[in-house]
Amino acid sequence: MTQLAVHAAGVGKVFPTKTGEVVALTDVELEVSAGEFVSLIGPSGCGKSTLLRLIADLDQATSGTLEIFGKPAKRARIDQDYGIAFQQAGLLPWRTVGANIGLPLELHGTGRADRAARIAELAELVGLSDFVDRYPDQLSGGMQQRVAIARALAARPKLLLMDEPFGALDEMTRERLQSELTRIAAETSAAVVFVTHSIPEAVFLSDRVVVMSPRPGRITDVIETGLGDVRDEALRESPEFFDRVTAVREALHGTPVTRASES
Amino acid sequence: MRPVGWSTRRQGELRGWIAAGWGALGVLAVLVLWELYKFAGPSEGFIVGAVPGESGSGVMLLPRTHDRAMPHVWDMAARLFAPTSGGDTPPLWVSVAGAALVTLGIAAVGWLIGVAVGAVLGLVMQRWRLLEWGLLPWIVVSQIVPLIAFAPVVNAIGNQIDRGGGIWPQWLSVAVIASYLAFFPVAVGVLRGLASPDRIHLDLMNSYAAGYWATLFRLRLPAAVPHLLPALRLAAANAVLGAVVAEVSIGMRGGIGRMLIQLAGQASSDPAAPWGPTFGSIALGLIAAGSVALIGLGLANYRRGEATA
Amino acid sequence: MTDADAATTMLPAAPEPSGRAPRPMPAERELPGWLKWVAPIVVGILILAIWIFWVDVLGTAPRMLPSPIAIAEEFVRRFPIILDDMTITATNALIGLVVGSLLALLFAGLAAAAKPVDGMLAPLVSALAVIPIVAVTPILNTMFGASSQFGRQAVATIAAFIPVFVNVLRGLRQTRPVHRDLLRASAASGWQTFRVLTLPTALPYLMTGLRIASSLAVIAALVAEYFGGPADGIGTAIATYAKSGRAALAWAYVLGGIIIGLVFFLVTSLLERLATRRSSA
Repeated sequence: MTQLAVHAAGVGKVFPTKTGEVVALTDVELEVSAGEFVSLIGPSGCGKSTLLRLIADLDQATSGTLEIFGKPAKRARIDQDYGIAFQQAGLLPWRTVGANIGLPLELHGTGRADRAARIAELAELVGLSDFVDRYPDQLSGGMQQRVAIARALAARPKLLLMDEPFGALDEMTRERLQSELTRIAAETSAAVVFVTHSIPEAVFLSDRVVVMSPRPGRITDVIETGLGDVRDEALRESPEFFDRVTAVREALHGTPVTRASES
Repeated sequence: MRPVGWSTRRQGELRGWIAAGWGALGVLAVLVLWELYKFAGPSEGFIVGAVPGESGSGVMLLPRTHDRAMPHVWDMAARLFAPTSGGDTPPLWVSVAGAALVTLGIAAVGWLIGVAVGAVLGLVMQRWRLLEWGLLPWIVVSQIVPLIAFAPVVNAIGNQIDRGGGIWPQWLSVAVIASYLAFFPVAVGVLRGLASPDRIHLDLMNSYAAGYWATLFRLRLPAAVPHLLPALRLAAANAVLGAVVAEVSIGMRGGIGRMLIQLAGQASSDPAAPWGPTFGSIALGLIAAGSVALIGLGLANYRRGEATA
Repeated sequence: MTDADAATTMLPAAPEPSGRAPRPMPAERELPGWLKWVAPIVVGILILAIWIFWVDVLGTAPRMLPSPIAIAEEFVRRFPIILDDMTITATNALIGLVVGSLLALLFAGLAAAAKPVDGMLAPLVSALAVIPIVAVTPILNTMFGASSQFGRQAVATIAAFIPVFVNVLRGLRQTRPVHRDLLRASAASGWQTFRVLTLPTALPYLMTGLRIASSLAVIAALVAEYFGGPADGIGTAIATYAKSGRAALAWAYVLGGIIIGLVFFLVTSLLERLATRRSSA
């Protein structure tokens, strides 16, 4: 049986604050299969970023169990089973693009020659081969995010965690990067957990869209997109796409939206 | 763990007491180290590279520990209560306090002058960028010039004015020299502060067709407060430093600078005495900076944007 | 700690990293860039002109303020002995700068790592920043002997320690959360995180601290000479010649002091610019 990339059972997270306790997440049940693309979507405060951070072991759950490829989250982090990309690209400004991409490899003792080869491979994958020796401040926002994605893929992880990586970019760049991301995910057959605010983005990229809502943060719905493996520009203009976007929107609002043509 | 039910203000006060506690511990640690070294260190100090027979050669890396060079902490404290120069003279701490007050007063005058000059410079430099480009490098360089050089000059000019019919007491020369050190942080602080408002706030004032003066009083000055307060504190500390150095340089009697030199000269016979004016100088700096900090208390609302360390 | 921080960053900050220069105000967009260099030079010439006018043409300046031409002559004529004293003072300042910075690095590291150390040091350093340190010179001369340069070097050390400590401590705490998350997600060890993230982040702050400390060390070394010790160095020479009325020579020594200060300042400023080019700001 293929192992589940992410298996969350009854996961909850409570933050103590000066004015009492905040329940960021409660009773989360989620399964992500290997190679599956799952989006987490919901309004502010619904806990989607918190859930991602729990999976990444950047924070610890206060209840429930969380397993990544059958191991506890901490073990998965130490074994470098996942790669992560944040909303801010988070590139180290004093390192070149190449050195940034190679950072995870450098930290884990990969030899210089092997590192250089892998960096070249990744740079090509994200289309930045000509910029390997540049510095982050010489790159646009979209390019910096591509470097961040390349870095996330450096150790060939089978799971990619992404926290609104395209949130700070303009719409045109976003759509371009979304296409690239689906291509990369397909090529590396990695599972992806993708946090986003944007309904079209979630539907375009994912196999399943997990809808969450706040106070307390919880999963309210899971919607299959059923749009197949080929995600190209034509898809954005197809009726099936609009239909799924509507389904997700209605799930987010909690009630069906009366369509303009029916009244 | 702080009790969760306490108000933020009480928690802030508690933090203040805790910080003060750690500070006291730090001072205690220094005193303990002093006595420890006296107990365990070499009595003639630790000299590297000395040539035998040639006194004063070599580099002394650790000081001598005998009582003439390093008095005990309690000896220093006791000396403060003994008469200043034997017989019926008042206790040392009284003399030190008197001298410190004299210097504090002069430093205060110097501070006021420095703040006035610095504020005008800062204002003018912010208003006209050309002036900033022309003046600021020289203002920065002015602080590298050792002010010992100016002391005799200022004193001489002061004497000239005095003799020529004007009023220029000697202490005014000291105050002017103190102001020379004090004006720099204020000039830079005012310049930075007045130039600190966000672009969007300036655009807002522009949209109201507010002129230079309206913008100055309603936007730039309030925005400058977080930059101004540390500058005033630093100016106070510098004014004290300038006053002490100038006193020594001009040879002014009654201030703490001269007392430092005087008692240091007698150190071989009275080793704990120089510590009196030394502690006095330290207290002077702390009081000066502390008094200026009080100014900040009433301006709490303007400091809401102040960045914490 | 805000006081000491702000206090020691009073000197104009280094320019921001490339590509992020602030937009100029509308009225000043018309000023050409070359004026930035010409304006201070013009002001300098103006000051010189007024000075020469006051002393040589009007003849009403006090005796202690000689003509700049006379100062230049004395400087050139007496250069060998001036250089000797410059070397003494500069060496004291340099030793103070180096030792003070090393100590500051050590203590800042300790303070960043251990809260009790930080708690004890913070008030002490804040206090040190406002007291006249040179007042301690007579005591130090007593402790180390009046023929030793140590007292002056110690004062310069303390003067250099404060800004470097404050700035390095701040720099060690300036790592951005997204970078810290990244390193944790990459399962980096504590030492790796320090080497790859904390150190490069703190480096520009160290350079800023050094720039501020350099001028303070020179001034401290010089002023300390005024409070006793061996009869050498720029400060004692200025005092001696000023007292004996040889104004031009005294000012020639002042010029020597200014040169030392400028050299220290320019070198450390250059280092600072190099270090902040690609900072995390």
